[in-house]
Order: sequence, then structure tokens, then C-alpha cells
Amino acid sequence: MAIERILKDDASEEKGERARTASFVGAIAITDLVKTTLGPKGMDKILQSTGRGQEVTVTNDGATILKSLHIDNPAAKVLIDISKVQDDEVGDGTTSVVVLAGELLREAEKLVAAKIHPMTIISGYRIAAECARNALLQRVVDNKENAEKFKSDLMKIAKTTLSSKILSQDKEHFAQLAVDAVMRLKGSTNLEAIQIIKKPGGSLKDSFLDEGFILDKKIGLGQPKRIENAKILVANTAMDTDKVKIYGARVRVDSMSKVAEIEGAEKEKMREKVQKIIAHGINCFVNRQLIYNFPEELFADAGVLAIEHADFDGIERLALVTGGEIASTFDNPESVKLGHCKLIEEIMIGEDKLIHFSGVEMGQACTIVLRGASHHMLDEAERSLHDALCVLSQTVNDTRVVLGGGWPEMVMAKAVDELARQTPGKKSHAIEAFSRSLVAIPTIIADNAGLDSADLVAQLRAEHHKEGCNAGIDVISGSVGDMAELGISESFKVKQAVLLSATEAAEMILRVDEIITCAPRKREDRM
Amino acid sequence: MALAFDEYGRPFIILKEQDQKTRLRGIDAQKANISAGKAVARILRTSLGPKGMDKILQSPDGDVTITNDGATILEQMDVDNQIAKLMVELSRSQDYEIGDGTTGVVVMAGALLEQAERLLERGIHPIRIAEGYEMASRIAVEHLEHISQKFDFGTTNIEPLVQTCMTTLSSKIVNRCKRHLAEISVKAVLSVADLERKDVNLDMIKVEGKVGGKLEDTELIYGITVDKDMSHPQMPKQIEDAKIAILTCPFEPPKPKTKHKVDIDTVEKFQTLRLQEQKYFDDMVQKCKDVGATLVICQWGFDDEANHLLMHRNLPAVRWVGGVELELIAIATGGRIVPRFQELTPEKLGRAGLVREKSFGTTKDKMLYIEHCANSRAVTIFIRGGNKMMIEETKRSIHDALCVARNLIRNNSIVYGGGSAEISCSIAVEAGADKYPGVEQYAIRAFADALDSVPMALAENSGLQPIETLSAVKSQQIKENNPHYGIDCNDAGTNDMQQQDVFETLIGKQQQILLATQVVKMILKIDDVISPSDY
Repeated sequence: MAIERILKDDASEEKGERARTASFVGAIAITDLVKTTLGPKGMDKILQSTGRGQEVTVTNDGATILKSLHIDNPAAKVLIDISKVQDDEVGDGTTSVVVLAGELLREAEKLVAAKIHPMTIISGYRIAAECARNALLQRVVDNKENAEKFKSDLMKIAKTTLSSKILSQDKEHFAQLAVDAVMRLKGSTNLEAIQIIKKPGGSLKDSFLDEGFILDKKIGLGQPKRIENAKILVANTAMDTDKVKIYGARVRVDSMSKVAEIEGAEKEKMREKVQKIIAHGINCFVNRQLIYNFPEELFADAGVLAIEHADFDGIERLALVTGGEIASTFDNPESVKLGHCKLIEEIMIGEDKLIHFSGVEMGQACTIVLRGASHHMLDEAERSLHDALCVLSQTVNDTRVVLGGGWPEMVMAKAVDELARQTPGKKSHAIEAFSRSLVAIPTIIADNAGLDSADLVAQLRAEHHKEGCNAGIDVISGSVGDMAELGISESFKVKQAVLLSATEAAEMILRVDEIITCAPRKREDRM
Repeated sequence: MALAFDEYGRPFIILKEQDQKTRLRGIDAQKANISAGKAVARILRTSLGPKGMDKILQSPDGDVTITNDGATILEQMDVDNQIAKLMVELSRSQDYEIGDGTTGVVVMAGALLEQAERLLERGIHPIRIAEGYEMASRIAVEHLEHISQKFDFGTTNIEPLVQTCMTTLSSKIVNRCKRHLAEISVKAVLSVADLERKDVNLDMIKVEGKVGGKLEDTELIYGITVDKDMSHPQMPKQIEDAKIAILTCPFEPPKPKTKHKVDIDTVEKFQTLRLQEQKYFDDMVQKCKDVGATLVICQWGFDDEANHLLMHRNLPAVRWVGGVELELIAIATGGRIVPRFQELTPEKLGRAGLVREKSFGTTKDKMLYIEHCANSRAVTIFIRGGNKMMIEETKRSIHDALCVARNLIRNNSIVYGGGSAEISCSIAVEAGADKYPGVEQYAIRAFADALDSVPMALAENSGLQPIETLSAVKSQQIKENNPHYGIDCNDAGTNDMQQQDVFETLIGKQQQILLATQVVKMILKIDDVISPSDY
């Protein structure tokens, strides 16, 4: 009697060794895919979307690459997930976290082949991760007290982050931009206040930080192009046909003249509304929704600058920047808070006209205008800058800083190695493997830069045997250098997140001994 | 297919479209059923115990779940076989009733089926086997009662509860910080428990997760979290001593349920309607303000104008709050849910010491914390973790731990874990078997053997020699007449589960045995399977 099938058609089940191999292979394949983008000399990837237009993205941001992949392997999905979380939580290190998790699994595969139970490997990894974290904690530098030094720390971090991206040519310039922008935030992590506008044309060097606020909109026809000491009312209200919202109301008339009457009443209503708005004593009105020609004309007559259809983010940011509130009713002008700014003018960037608000009340917000040769370039520049901003804003909150260039990995590896020697039992193999995985990261950085990784890493290890050493890989000169002198730093928070999430993900994949895949849901045939 | 013939040799058609159906009968049907049940049990067997492995389950839409919770695995497995579905049901009912031991119950049922197969081959009638199992399960359950211990805990002495929860959590991926999570679970349960009535309403405990941070950041909030933010970006982010109006009516013009039409045919009507509308919004906000509310939580959306009016009158508001959350907020703050603006009164407002908005990470994720509520009974467990699957798995683990804590409050009897209870029962059943005359005796012995399979699986998963370990522990139990010896899964160096502090709840164990026996009985009684064949 044959065993009946238990699962539904097309569902598959993989057990034991095969399941483990499947997840290892998947995870390692993903790692190998993003591995080459790691480090300052990492290469970019072209991603072509399958959607309409076959859009092309050029990037070396780990999270962006992984997000765009269509993956079927469940273990690979776990890795993609941690990369996404890393992006959300700290913004940078998205490649590192995947590479580290992949290396951990690669080492684990060898251990499993050597007949060590996955559970033993997991407990070894846990101990090792804790130890690595403590080792790193002992070596962090915290310049919270010294504002001057802290600023230079931020500068270094920004440069390190940017050096692996397309912006590396002008990293000085962009690091300065990013640091300035984040310093304006004064400790909040609300990156909303930093607006990035992309305008093709010019070169990357022409990008600049604007202290005011730039709205990518045009000024209505016949309205003033330049207003000094502007009073701004930010609103979210219908300025097309202000319809009656009571449910079921409709217009039903029986003669042409009545239509005209009602039309007149409607117009009158709109005129009243505009009058009310103007009665606030404003000279600039920004609305989230459309403004029809009629009210626009009224505004123009009153000499009020009206800007229509600013998107939601734009409105919120403008309200934040100018210190006004977003209004939807206009009956009591005395209690509505108006926004203020010194000067509103229309400016030209490239060929586009933009509206520039300068001299705004709140110093937090600012706008970064990116210029570049092509859309791909700009998109990538925006991602890179976003990474840098995220890292910086997180660093402002958690001011602990470590050196970069493979230095933290070597410090951790050394401590973990030490621990492996003191641990009795099979766990020590796993702990040793953990240290090997850590060393893999500087190795990959060196490899990507076309350097002799074996030689460099060996040198590095020897250097690190001394107490208090600052040695890391100097990719530019291709040798081991003093990271403190070279000014290569990273945020402790990023490194810690990389370490912990990579270990967690590796652990999760290691624990699996069976994969059950359900039959893919049948798509409805639309033909 | 068996056919019946009349006296002229023409076949009777008994089943509709008889030739298109497959039919299994007699011993073949039983064997097929048993093998299906066993196949399901085999999948779960490796997930049992602290060293059990996880499974990856990929859903039809490609989502990945990683878990070792028996009920979850079976639920998502997309099972087609009828008997396998019974096993899924079995695990689910254990989950509903007890919340923990969902893997164990399936492994137990699988073992019982395996033993039954052998007896069937010897020609014992399935009903006799079923009856024997029934008697044996009664012996086992009584014996469990006998070896169980009462243990004391109180609101000050929560250590025993924490220990039990730790036993449950140790088989999950979260065992890295099981102590932390166990403490959270116990505190959560105790704060909502009604110790006099010995009842716990688990609905009062909300488990929320947010990706990011580490597992250690998981916290217990004495209050409620809502995954929403203030309706207007410029409303205050922190409110102290909040008086909360909980509304289930939208800040929108009324929508009468009966069909109606308002016809506008003159300018005057147009004007009056307009004024009415404006007044309507004004009234709504005014009513909330009049009763002294300082925060409005609403189930529905706000009109732009109403939103601005609220902001204008300095009345922070939250919109689109789900029904369940609304109820929890109402319970926690001691407020009443108000369905109409007219019914708002100061007494119906809820109170909370602190309401604040908290943002996470680099994206614009915001949560609303409502803390220091008037009625602090409702609590929230807020889980952080490296990725979505981790959070989901942690949620399931916490659920298990909460259930265990609740069971202990209901009935504070415990038995020791690590397979010790099963071994002890096995010994008792084996001894009891001899008293029964007749064929049932064999079935009872088989039941005893099946009980051994749980500790056996535990030992196997922990990398121990299963047969050797089991027989050693068994003889130790008999020799020293101590039912506390079990399998030493964690390599702690002692077999005594009392010293290792590994407990399970008595009702959980009893339920496992009863449910497993019931399902096996049901499967054994089937002797005919008729199913439409594949077309």
C-alpha cells in the first residue's frame, strides 16, 4: 500500500540535509551577488525592471538591489528582509549585514559537514556575537562633550559612507552638505525636514544646500514673482468647486435661469471664501489641492501669491518650516497661525522655475538641490545622500563612533578568537568560525579593490595583535594604514545593528530542517 | 469496487457515479489512514523540545514563515489528505484549549497510530484497540493527577511562574532572552488576572510588533499602543492627564441610512445647506470640547475641515483606530465608547496619565502610546526584532507563554517536563495493563509504548542515544520511585527535572493525552473511505 500524499498538488517538501543545503545555497548565492558592491571600490549593478518601460536603475546600495530582486528561495528572503530592516532602522550597512550573515552561513555549512549539530553552532554564534559586541563597546570613542570634535567625527562618518557610492569623487563636498543639513536638525531624526530636489543638468559639484525651502511649483500667472516679508497661509481646502458635503444633496433645476442663479451663488460662495482667506492679511497662499482659474484670478487681483497643488509632504514641510498651521476653515482669522518668511522669489535651476522661500523662521529645515548629468546618476546620488543623512542623524543621537576600514571587524575577530581558545566543548569551533566570518569582510573589501587580500589581512591581523592599534585597510594606497589618521570612521550604532541582525538571521536559517512550499496560488487567467 | 448484483446478474448502482469514485475499505482503509497520520507526525517530530528544529513554510503567495510551533506549521501546510486534516484539527484544538504542547500532541497521536498498526496486523479488532486506548488514557490521566504537585505563587512571588514560562520558551528561537520574555509574559498575565476568580482574559493583553531594534528591547507597556498618529501633523505629540473621548461616529456630515435626496433648486436652499454644513462641523467639535475632552479617538475618518477645526480648538485627535483597539482603549481608560455626539458626557470620557507619540528608525513610523490608564488592567507587549519573521515567531512564542501562565493561574498543579511525566505514565499504564483481562490488555501495553515515544523524540532531537537514554531514565524512575527523572536535553548534567526547574502544566499534559487518544480512536473506527477520483 503506497503512502497517500499528504500535501496538495504541486506543494513540495524538502527535508533534513536537503532542506539545509537549499537554504545555504540560497543565502550564499545572495551574498555572492551583493558581495562585489562592498567597500569603497565596490562595483555597481544595473537593475532592469520587468514592468512597463523596463526602467533601469544603477546602484550599489545593498537594500535597493535586494529589494528589486524576485527571489523564490525562502532563506534568501530572510536575508533580503534583514537588509530592508537595516535600511529602515539605521539607513546604512545594508550590504554589510547581508554579507556577514552569508559568511556566517558559509562557515556554518562547513561545520555541519563536519557533523556538528546546528544547535551547537547557534549557541556558539550567540556567545561570539555577545563577545564581539562587548569588544567593540570597549573601543568606541564618544565625543559627545566636545562639539568641535564631534562635528569632525560626523564629517568623517559622512565621508566614509559616501566613499563607497557614486558620490565618492566629490565626497568632501557632499559630506559637508550632509553634515550641515543634519546639524540643522539639532538632534531630531526627522529627516522629513531635509528636502532633496533632483534637477538634471550641471555636474554633481553644482549641488548645493539651501537654507531656505524650495517648492517645486510655479507661481500662478499674473501674480507677484517676488514677495518680501511674506505672510503665508498654508491650507488644505478645496478651491475648485466648493461642493456641499451633506450626503445626497444634488442640484435639480427646471429652467436655464435657475442654473445661472445657482452658478452665481456658487461663484459668490467661492468669492466669499477667497475674501475670507485674503482677510487673514496674507500675501501668499499655498494650497494642497487644485486652485481653479476663478479663485486664482481673485487672488491675482488681490496681489496674493497663490500656489496650487503642492503635494502632501510639501505642505507639511512648508508648515513646519514657516511655522504656520495647515488650515482648512477660514472663519476666525485672528487665531490661525500664519507662516512667515523674509523673501519668496521664483528662481531658476537649470531650465526649471522653482519657488524659493528664504529667511524662514524655523532653522531646522533645509533643501539639498542635487544636480547631475542623468536621471540614473541623480537617483543614485539621492540614495547615497539618504544613506549618509540617516547615518548622521542616528549618530547625533548615539554619539559613539568606531573606526572604519575593516578595523571593527578585526577588533571583534581578535576578541572572539580569544574566547574560542578559552571555551571548552564543540562550541569553540562555532566561535572560531564566527571570527573567520568577521575577517571575511575586510578580505572582501580588499578583494573588491583589486588588492592582495590574503597578504593585507595577514598584515592587519599581525598589527592588531598589538594593544590599542588603529590599523585598517587603506584602499586608496592599497596598504595597511592608521584609520585614525586617515579619518575613516563609522557609527557604532550601524556596526552593532549589522552584527546583531546578521547573527539573528543566520541563526534563523540554521535552525531550519524542513521546507514546505505550498503550491503557488493560481493566477486568474485574464485572457 | 465491489458491486452488488440482482438475481438476473445486473449490477445495482449504489453510489452516484460509482465508477468515478475510489473506495478503500477494511484493513486497507485503516492502514492508509494510519500511514497518513504517521506522515504528519513525522514532520513535527523533529520540532519537539528545546533542541527541536524549525521549518520554513512558503505560502501560496510566496510569504515565508519560519516556526517550530506545531499548530502554525500544520495550519500553513496546505494539507490535502482527510486524515492529515484531522491531525491539523487536533493540534488546533490543543492550541485553542491550552495554547501550548501543540507539537507534543501530534507526536503522541502519531505514536499511538503506529502502535495500533502493529496490533491490527495481529488481527485485533480496531474497536477493541480503541477501547484499550481509552482505558489506558484514563489510567494515565489519573496517574498524572497523582504525581502532580501544587505550587505556590503570588503577586509578589512570581518566580515559579517565570520558570514555567521559560520551559515553554526554551524550545523557540527566542530562547536567547527567554528570561526577559518570560518575565514580561508573567507580569502581563498577572496584571490582567483575576486571582480570586482564577480567570485571565487574554484579550486584555495585546501583542504588538515592530521591525527593528533587538529582541532585548521588547518591553511591557502598562497601557495600549496604537499604530496610528495624530490626525493633524501639528497637533501636540504628548498629552498629560488626558481625558479621552472615544467615538465611533465620523467627523463628517451625517449620512442617514435611509435613502434620500436633497434637491437644490433655488439659491436660498443652496445657502442654507452651506451654512448648515458649517454649523454641523462646528457643533461636533464644540460638543467634544464642552465635555472637557483633551483627546479624541475616533474609529472613522475626519473631513479636512473638521480636522482643522479640531486642531484649531487645540483638541488633538486620532482617526481610523480599529474596533478591537478602540475597545481595549475603552477598557483601559475606563471610558465608554460613544456612538453619537449627542451622547457625550463628562462621565463617559476615559482617563490616561500620559499619551505620547513615538517615532522609530529612519522611516516615518509612528506609534501612539497610551499609558498610566485609569484601569491599568490592559497591557501591551511590544516586540522588537531583527526581521518580520522573527517578530511573527516571537509573537507566537509569547502567545504560548501567556497561555501557560494563564493555565497555571487557573489550576496551579504542575508536572515535571523533559518527558518525565510521559515516562512515569508509561510505567503506570504498563503496570495497570495486567489487571485487564482480554484483548484490551495488548492495546493498553501498546499505549504505554506510545507514551515512550515523546521522551524518545526529545532525546533524538537533543543528539542523545534515544533507546539507551530512555531505558536508563526509566529504570532510574522505577528504582528510586521518583517521577521527576526526564531527558536531560540541555546537557545540564542532571536528569532530575525538579532540579532543572522544568515544569509543565497538569491540564496541558492531561489534555494532550486525552485529545490524542480521541483522535486516534476516531481514525481507528473508519473502515471505508470513499472519495471522488481525480478527473
